[in-house]
Amino acid sequence: MSRIEGVLKALKGQGRKALIPYITAGDPHPDVTVDLMHTLVKAGADIIELGVPFSDPMADGPVIQLACERALVHGTSLRQVIAMVKEFRKTDDATPVVLMGYLNPMEAMGYETFADAAKDAGVDGILTVDLPPEEADEVAPLFTQRNLDAIFLLAPTTTDDRIRAISEHSSGYVYYVSIKGVTGSATINVDEVAEKVNHIHELTALPVGVGFGIRDAETAAAVGRVSDGVIVGSVLVDTIARNQADTDQLKRALTDLLHPMREALDSLAS
Amino acid sequence: MSVKLTEEMLSALPDARGHFGAFGGRFVSETLMDSLMTLEKEYARLKKDPEFQARFDKELADYVGRPTPLYFAERLSRETGGAQIWLKREDLCHTGAHKVNNTIGQALLASFLGKKRIIAETGAGQHGVATATVCARLGLECHVFMGAEDVQRQSLNVFRMKLLGATVHAVEGGTKTLKDAMNDAMRDWVANVDDTFYIIGTVAGPHPYPLLVRDFQSVIGRETRRQALEKTGKLPDALVACVGGGSNAIGMFYPFLADESVELYGVEAGGLGIDTGKHAAPLCAGRPGVLHGNRTYLMEDENGQIAGTHSVSAGLDYPGVGPEHSWLKDIGRAHYVSVTDDEAMEGFRKLTRVEGIMPALETAHAVAYAIKLAATMDKDQTVVINVSGRGDKDINTVAKLEGIEI
Ligand SMILES: Cc1ncc(COP(=O)(O)O)c(C=O)c1O
Repeated sequence: MSRIEGVLKALKGQGRKALIPYITAGDPHPDVTVDLMHTLVKAGADIIELGVPFSDPMADGPVIQLACERALVHGTSLRQVIAMVKEFRKTDDATPVVLMGYLNPMEAMGYETFADAAKDAGVDGILTVDLPPEEADEVAPLFTQRNLDAIFLLAPTTTDDRIRAISEHSSGYVYYVSIKGVTGSATINVDEVAEKVNHIHELTALPVGVGFGIRDAETAAAVGRVSDGVIVGSVLVDTIARNQADTDQLKRALTDLLHPMREALDSLAS
Repeated sequence: MSVKLTEEMLSALPDARGHFGAFGGRFVSETLMDSLMTLEKEYARLKKDPEFQARFDKELADYVGRPTPLYFAERLSRETGGAQIWLKREDLCHTGAHKVNNTIGQALLASFLGKKRIIAETGAGQHGVATATVCARLGLECHVFMGAEDVQRQSLNVFRMKLLGATVHAVEGGTKTLKDAMNDAMRDWVANVDDTFYIIGTVAGPHPYPLLVRDFQSVIGRETRRQALEKTGKLPDALVACVGGGSNAIGMFYPFLADESVELYGVEAGGLGIDTGKHAAPLCAGRPGVLHGNRTYLMEDENGQIAGTHSVSAGLDYPGVGPEHSWLKDIGRAHYVSVTDDEAMEGFRKLTRVEGIMPALETAHAVAYAIKLAATMDKDQTVVINVSGRGDKDINTVAKLEGIEI
C-alpha cells in the first residue's frame, strides 16, 4: 500500500476528510520551503501538494504564476525540489508528498532519472497538469513501477467515459478540478460540485480530492461533505506573497488559515 | 535527402493522437480535452463536407483576394546573379499577411460549431488583426491577447484591432511577448470553454490545431505549385519561408513534401546571432520539450524552463515551433536555418528598394536567406520566397532602428 493510500484509508476509517494544502516549492525562497512544509503538517495537513515552479504555468491564475516567478528568481529547479522532499523526509516519514507541476521540467530532467530521484527522496505521487492519460503511456509506467502514485485530473467537462478511463490510469486519488477556470479564479458552486463528485464516486472506487476555489473553513466543509479530501492552494500562496518578508509571521498566518479548515472538516466526522 | 515521402505516408499524419513522429500530441489540462476532441471530430467531418469547403473557397476568393500572384522578381534576380527569384505574394492578402487564410477557416469552424465568442493570441499583431477582421465580418465577439512589449512594438496593429471592434488584452506576465499571450489565451479558454472558440494563429498548440491550421494555409503551396508549372513549366528548385510558429512555411511546404526535387528552407530568427543566445531559433538551436499543448523543439534552459527569446520581428519571437516542422527537421526533409536581425534588415531594404515591395520584418528573414541561397544556384533554377506579409506594420520599428523620428 502506498503512503497516500494508507493515509486516506486511515482517515476514512475515522470518518475524516483529508486536508491537502498546496504551496509552490521555492516560494518565497528555497531555504524556507521545508520549514513551511512542516508548518503545514503541524497545522493539520494530511498530504502536501508541492508545486514545481514552471516558467509558463498555463493552468494557473496570477497568484500561482507570481509564486512560480518568485521561486524561479532563486533558480528553483526540479532537482532542488526533490532535494527539499528528501530534507523533509528526515523528520517526517508519515505525511505523503505529491509533486504537482508541468511536464517540461520532468522531460528536461529525463523521465527515468526523475522517477528514480523522486522515489529515492520519498516523493509519493506525481500530478502533471498538462499530461492527460492519452499521452502518459511512456511516463506513467515509470511511476507505477516505483510505487509512485500517478494522480490525474478530472474536470467539470470530463465525460463519463473519460472519468472511467482516467480513474483506471490513476492511483492514490483522483483530483477533481471544481471549476472551469485557472487556479484561484472563480468561486465554486457547492451544489454543482457535490452533484459531480457524487457522480464520480459512482464511476470509480478511488478517493476523490477536490481543488480550485476552496478559500476558507466554510467552502472546505461544504466540499468535504461530499469528497474524500480538499485541496487548498491559491489562498495559501497568496498568504505567502503577503508575508514573504517575515518567515515567523508567515508560518503563523498559514497556521491561522489551515486551523479553521481542519476543525471544520473534523466537525463533519460522523 | 534522407526520407522519400509518399502521398500515402503524408495522409496518415498526424496520427489519431495528433502525433507527427515523436512530436505534436495533446498536452493540456483536463478541462480542455473535451473541447479539443469535439473540435477534432467536427473538423474531420467538415473537412469532407462540400458545403463547408465551398464556403471556405468562396471566402478565400472574394474576401481574401485569392489566388495571390506568383511574381517574378526580375531585378532582384539580376542583382543577385544566380537562380530566378519568384515571390508568392501573401502580402497582397486582405489585411496584409497570410494569417487571414487561417482565421477565415477557423472562424467558419467556430460559426459551424455555434460559438459566438472568439479569442486569439498575437505577436506582431497580424494574426490579431486577421482575427478581428473576420470577427467583424461574421459578427463575432473578439478578444485578442498580446504581450505588453508587443503592444508597444506594434502599436499600429493594436489600433487596427480596436477599430475593428476587438478588445485587446495587454499581457503583463512572463516575458510580455507571444508565448505569454498564448498562455493567457489558454487561461481564458479554460474559463470560458463552453461558449468560446480559440483561433490559434500558427501551426502550434494541441491537436487538432497544427492539422487544421496547416490545412487552411496549404492553399499557399497549392497555388504556388500550379502557378510555377504554368509560368516556368516546372516545379521550383527551392522554397524559402520564415518560421515563427511555422504557419506560412508549412502552408507553402506541405503540397510539395512528396516532390523530392524541391528543397525546403525554413528561416528562423537568429536575433543577435545564435552564439549570443539572444535569438528565437528553436529548430536551429533548441531541443525537444513540451509547451503549449504539443511536443516540439523549444528554447529552454537545462532545467526545462522556457527561455526568453529575442528577435527584431515580433512575429518570430517565440520559443517553440509547430510540431510538423520538428518532424520535418528530424527526418531531414526540410532545412532549418537562421538569419540575424541585421541580415533581415538588409533583406527588408533590398526588397523595398529593388522591387518596390516592402516586406514584413518576419518575411525579411526569408528574403535575406533566399538571396544568399539564390546566389549559389544556377540561372535556370528557381527559388520561391513566401512573402508572408507586408511591412507597413513595421515602419515604426524600422524608423527607430535607423534613428528616425516619425
Ligand atoms: C507577416 C508574418 N509572417 C510570418 C509570421 C510568423 O508566423 P508563422 O511562422 O506562423 O508564419 C507572422 C506572425 O505574426 C507574420 O505576421
